[in-house]
Order: sequence, then structure tokens, then C-alpha cells
Amino acid sequence: MSLEVNGKAYETDEEGYLANLSEWNLDLAEAMAKEDGCDLTENHWEVVNFLREYYDEYQIAPAVRVLTKAIGKRLGKDKGNSKYLYELFPYGPAKQACKYAGLPKPTGCV
Amino acid sequence: MKKVEFDIPVITNHPVTPSIEPGAMAHVKPFVAKQAHQEPLGFPGELVEDWHDRAIAKMGELLGKYRSLVVFMDSCVKCGACTDKCHYFLGTSDPKNMPVARQDLMRKVYRRYFTFAGKYFPKLVGAVDLTREVLEEWYSYYHQCSECRRCSVYCPYGIDTAEVTMAGREILASVGIGQKYSNEIIGKVHKIGNNLGLPEKALVDTLIDLEEEVKDDTDVDVRFPLDVKGADVLLITPSADFFAEPHVDGLIGYAKVFHQAGISWTLSSHASEAANFGLFIGSQDNMQKVAMRIREAALELGVKRIIVGECGHAWRVAYSYWNTLIGPFDFLDPKYPAPQHICESTYNLIQQGALKFNKEENDDKIVTFHDSCNVSRASRMGNMPGGQFVIPREIIKAACNHFVDMREDSIKEGTFCCGGGGGLLTDDLVELRVKGASPRVQALHEVIEQHGVTHMAAICAICKSQFTKVLPYYDMNMDMIISVHQLVGDALELGVEQ
Repeated sequence: MSLEVNGKAYETDEEGYLANLSEWNLDLAEAMAKEDGCDLTENHWEVVNFLREYYDEYQIAPAVRVLTKAIGKRLGKDKGNSKYLYELFPYGPAKQACKYAGLPKPTGCV
Repeated sequence: MKKVEFDIPVITNHPVTPSIEPGAMAHVKPFVAKQAHQEPLGFPGELVEDWHDRAIAKMGELLGKYRSLVVFMDSCVKCGACTDKCHYFLGTSDPKNMPVARQDLMRKVYRRYFTFAGKYFPKLVGAVDLTREVLEEWYSYYHQCSECRRCSVYCPYGIDTAEVTMAGREILASVGIGQKYSNEIIGKVHKIGNNLGLPEKALVDTLIDLEEEVKDDTDVDVRFPLDVKGADVLLITPSADFFAEPHVDGLIGYAKVFHQAGISWTLSSHASEAANFGLFIGSQDNMQKVAMRIREAALELGVKRIIVGECGHAWRVAYSYWNTLIGPFDFLDPKYPAPQHICESTYNLIQQGALKFNKEENDDKIVTFHDSCNVSRASRMGNMPGGQFVIPREIIKAACNHFVDMREDSIKEGTFCCGGGGGLLTDDLVELRVKGASPRVQALHEVIEQHGVTHMAAICAICKSQFTKVLPYYDMNMDMIISVHQLVGDALELGVEQ
């Protein structure tokens, strides 16, 4: 499967996750979100950017408590919880935000 | 992330057996594993050219290896006792999800190739050739069974549908049609050590974060030790406990219990997973390889005990298979069961008076307990018959003032699967998962109506993730599902003299 953005085709898996992490760019993230009917606001970007930074260092998406703590620091304590993250990413913060960040889908019993 | 359109079962005040709708779920099948997911597990990367002969040969091999499978193929008398027992049939109305019909998908091929009557008079005995269409049907319906074994409880011959499903999946994978979800995960365990693919560096970082969190909450230094040589206890827990909610609150609960009881314990970065999806795909080889990391870690760290965290099928594998796969455990302290369930350990500490609770901490909750299928029907806890039912409930009652059980035929050995077990906890099967959860949700609805239940506790990572995902489809809050050890952790008195 693939997704076309600005005339370039990007390979994805069956669920639309980017095959090659290195191909990721801002327009692609916007396009992926748009496909799901989601407009990326500044707060969405805070999450997506944190995921990318974390992945860069640890080769995995952050655990939910690591993520909520980091977002609490960046966006204010009232937003450092899963409830807020589910408001931003209703399909589940880990899975949906990872997709827009160009990261693989978390696997396992999650 | 596109929402899959399907009808959500209507939850009624009493359980209902639906009228059949032939073919209702024929369109459902999970993503097929790619070469990269198949080959590391020892399976061919894609459908092999001689799939027919290889599938029949594999079936013959399994029939020779597992006498039980021959008995299950031969002994069904079509009495119908299982027909209304499967949560997937009850939730989907598809008659092929009646356990007998799902088994028959294999039984009719078995008859054709392995019985006298089927070889010479196939039409008389309902025997069929193995065709691509039959394989496709296997792939679909053997991934609409969560291997929960509820039907087997009611079968007068004790036919174990899970074993038939496992055999079906093993044959499929061996000709190149594996399931992506399970096989990708098993590959990650082989390579990195856990289902998530969580590397050591990230695990260290996550555990430090948890220590800080508990310190902030309680002002007590509760440790989450990793790779500590000479610790008494090695905790083997599902990696979801590190990663997801509500699982992580269970992990915090275990750590608080160990802290308060003064037990020296450690996690292992080499064996950072309790789950063993080798069971789900019916592959002994993969199951053994996954489990072996635990033996290696236990020996390397020099521990005296192995305790298994809240994970349903992991406890089945640990309790029923480990000794054969990775035993003997003669290097562990014989005073303790090898392995021991975290609930057994916590229950014993409660009995000894080593833990004190502020039960009022949980007074905002009226709790019920969801028995997980693999714990209920494939294992035991403690030294009493039915200990796997008694012990988790006694722990909850020790930590909470308000506990009620769901309807008797929906708990204990008759428990309904959450709808996501057996390697089906994947988004490509969300329709099946939502529909299959409906019998459990119906029983939960009854106690919400009658007793005002607010939370359902579980001791399985799959159950916890499944309910978090599917309860909102039934207008129930995803936070209703919690870990048993979250209740323990929230009410446990820390740092006081016992």
C-alpha cells in the first residue's frame, strides 16, 4: 500500500503506517491525519514531536506514563494525562500519534 | 484508523442466544504475515507451491504427535451442547462460530485423508478435499476462536476446541499463511525479548520514571529493580505492564507489595516478557524458544523464585508447560511453588499479616472480577482446588470494601472470554473483538444495573487492553477495567510498622 503526497508515493503497511521512518516529513503527517479526518493542532504536534524525539533515542514509542509526564511538562499539568491524550487522538494516543509521527505501530498486548 | 462499520450487539437485561445468520462473519480475517514475520519463526515466507501435500503431511504429523487431536477429530457426536457457549457465536450469530462447526472445518478434511470411510465414500461422511477455499475458510474461522476453552467445559466428551484451532493455525503457518499480529510479536521476543520490542535502554528509562511517580505520590522510595544479580525473586510480567494503562498500575501494585513485604526482587531485561504467543499459534518450537529466555535469566541472575505477573495465557504456559519446556527448576528454592503467580504471593502475604490496607482508599469503587480464561480453565493457584477463583477474589476483598460477582454462569470455569484472547487482540479484528465481548459486557451490565458496579478488575494484559478498547463501543467508560494489583497498590499502607 502507499500514500501519495506532493506527487511522491510513500510505502505504508495495511493500516497506513509508514514503511520507512526516514521518509517522514511534515506534509506527510498532515496528509495521514487528514485521511483520518483529524486536523493537527499545535498540541497534536507537541505529542508527535515528542514521540519522534523519544523514538530517535530509544527505538520505541514511549510508555504511556512517560508520554503523559512529558506532555504535562510541555503543555501544562492539566494536560499530562491519558484522558487529554485520548481527546487529541481518539483512536488511542500510542497508535494514532505514532502513525502521524511515521513510527511503527506498537505491538503486543496494548 | 478508518472506523470499521458494523452493527454493535444490543445489550439486554438477560442473556440471549441469537438466531443464526449464516456467513455473517465470513468476511473477517486478520492480516496475513509477511515474509519478514514468517521466516524468523521457521515458517515459509509465502504460500508454498505444494501447499496441499504439505498441509496434509503436517496434519498427519500433528495427529501422530497429539493423540488428543485424533480423539477430538473422532469423538464428536454432534450433541449440540457447545453451540451456544462460544462468545463469538453469541456475539456474531455466525453458525460457523459454533465450536462444533468450527472444528468441523478441520474434521471434514481429516475424514477425507485419514479415515477409511472418508477416503472411499467421502460424500457419505461429509468429507471434503483440501482446497484453497477450504484453507481460506480455516484462516478466517480459526482466527475467530480465542482458544478460551469455554465450550470444552460443557462438551460431554471434553473436546478441546483450542487444540483444534491451534492445529489449524499451525498447519496454515507451516504452508506460508501465518497471522501477522502473532508472528510479528513472536519475532520481536526472539530478537529483543518482549512483545513490544522495548529495548533495555527504554526499559531502564521507563522504570526510573515509575520510581519517580510512586515517590511523588507516596513519598516512599519504592524500587523497580532491573537485572539485579542475587535477588530472591525474578518477576516475569507482560511487557504491557511497562507500557500501557491500566496495566502499569498493576505493576506499581506488585512493586509496592514487594517493597512492603521486604522481598528482594528484580525484573530482567533479557526475559522482559511473560506472554508467550507460541501457544496461540500452536508452535511448540516457538513456545519453547520464547520461554527459554526465562530459564536463562533466572540462572544468570541466580534467583531463588520466579513469580509471574498478571497475564492470563502466560500463567497457563508457566503453570502447565514450563516444566516440560524449560525445566527442571531444581535450582529454585523448593519451599515455593515454581513458578508462583503474583496473586498467590500477595495472598500468602495477606494471610501472614504482612500487608495492611486502608480499604477506604477504594471506597469510590464497587468492584467485580473478570476471570481470565487461561487462568480459570487451564491452571490453578495455591494449594486448594479452585484456588485460581478464590485467591484473586480474596485479594480484592482484602483491599476493597465493595465487591460483587457477576452471574454465576459467566464467571469462574464458565467465564466468558474478553473477546480479544488467543492472538486476536489486533485492530484488524476489531469487529470480531467488539461482538465477541458482548456476552461479558451483558453480564457486566447486569451487575451495573443491580449493584452499581463501577469497576471490573482483571489479571490479564489482553483482557485489560481489550476492555479498554471495546467498552466504549457499549457506552461504558474505558477506565472501568483495572488491574487487581492496582486495587492492592492504592490501598496498601506503605512504610508503617507491621
